[in-house]
Amino acid sequence: MAHEHKLEIFRGLLKFKSNTQKIWGVLIFLTLVTIVEVGLGIAKPEALTHSYFLGMKVLNWIFIILTLVKAYYIAWDFMHLRDEKSSLRRAIVWTPIFLVAYLIFILLFEADYIYHVYTDGFVKWNF
Amino acid sequence: MDSTVTTGTEENVWGGGNQPLGASYGKLMMWFFLVSDALTFSGFLAAYGFSRFKFIETWPIADEVFTHVPFFHGNYPMYYVAFMTFILIMSSVTMVLAVDAGHKLQKTKVIWFMFLTIIGGAIFVGSQAWEWATFIKGDFGALETKGGRILQFVNADSGERLALRDFAETIPDERVDHEKKNGVWYYEGQGLPSYSLNEVAEGVKSNPNVLIRTELINEDGHKTVLTRDETLKKLNDAVLVVEGANLVRNEYGSRLFADFFFFITGFHGFHVFSGVIINCIIFFNVILGTYERRGHYEMVEKVGLYWHFVDLVWVFVFTFFYLV
Repeated sequence: MAHEHKLEIFRGLLKFKSNTQKIWGVLIFLTLVTIVEVGLGIAKPEALTHSYFLGMKVLNWIFIILTLVKAYYIAWDFMHLRDEKSSLRRAIVWTPIFLVAYLIFILLFEADYIYHVYTDGFVKWNF
Repeated sequence: MDSTVTTGTEENVWGGGNQPLGASYGKLMMWFFLVSDALTFSGFLAAYGFSRFKFIETWPIADEVFTHVPFFHGNYPMYYVAFMTFILIMSSVTMVLAVDAGHKLQKTKVIWFMFLTIIGGAIFVGSQAWEWATFIKGDFGALETKGGRILQFVNADSGERLALRDFAETIPDERVDHEKKNGVWYYEGQGLPSYSLNEVAEGVKSNPNVLIRTELINEDGHKTVLTRDETLKKLNDAVLVVEGANLVRNEYGSRLFADFFFFITGFHGFHVFSGVIINCIIFFNVILGTYERRGHYEMVEKVGLYWHFVDLVWVFVFTFFYLV
């Protein structure tokens, strides 16, 4: 059970002395990210809600990227994937990512198509 | 001959003496479960995305739906969910600390950190119950049209939302709840809303500063407010008074929004609830010294994985339900 912990985060930028310290460090980072998310969500800066990237608001892209960042640190440091063998880590991480990316791709495209059927077609829905 | 005897084959690769992934059986099975559970949640969230993209112009704005904080009146979008998120992350931290203490075989520390984790989980489940109750009760009330669209009301002067009780007239009429005991023809009854459709309609007509707000989101990201003339005309389409939300009707807008809210946060809340139960079992096992005798605290690590997973899912639910 005497695991060896990898005590670096941010690709070695930040090194911790003990595992406990690393946990608190990650907590502070996750809290900061959450505060930024909530702050942006309440403020909704005009520059970010009116600019689009790949058909989605830049603000929403920021939220999704920050979420993935949070997910990464929860999985890597709290679920200690960082300390597991890379084969286990890859099996756990890439399997769902592949399947979910595929599912999202299909469903969102289909939904967009149905949206256009509703708006451009002859379906009356607002009465 | 002695194929059932395992001693001696421990060193043998094909005899089971090998751990290619460097993780124990229990831990691997927990990861199997977590990956499949992650796919279930992804299915829910992707379905949510599907419905949302389908009704992208009329989807409710979460900031306007979840605006309450317990014991405070007023409009505080997101603060409470942010608090819930923090509580869950915090309880995740105490769980890692429990696992860490377990590695060092420090029983008392494990007990205390497990205890804090359970408290955090309980606070989260309680908060979610409160959130549900507030959502189900609703606050402003709305009308539903023949086509199932929701019409909300705003004050023309201030632009703020108006609740039905702010302007509805009181018209004395036969408004009696139809109950089972009152008739043999009773199949099912629908509870009466606080105001009848007629009362709301008369209220709108007699108060010139009441305008209807439709579900349609305009270019600025706000819901469209009709003019007074359009309001009076639109009023004729209304067929129902809707207060609060359930699986069929929803005063906040698209019904699917409420359905997904109940299913996704409900499924997640159920995970948190079962996580708390499992944590309690492990907590008592630690106190009884089960793992002390076993010589290792891997069980704490395994439930820890589950607990972090619940936290991980919440991070996504938080983003897709409340932020985006």
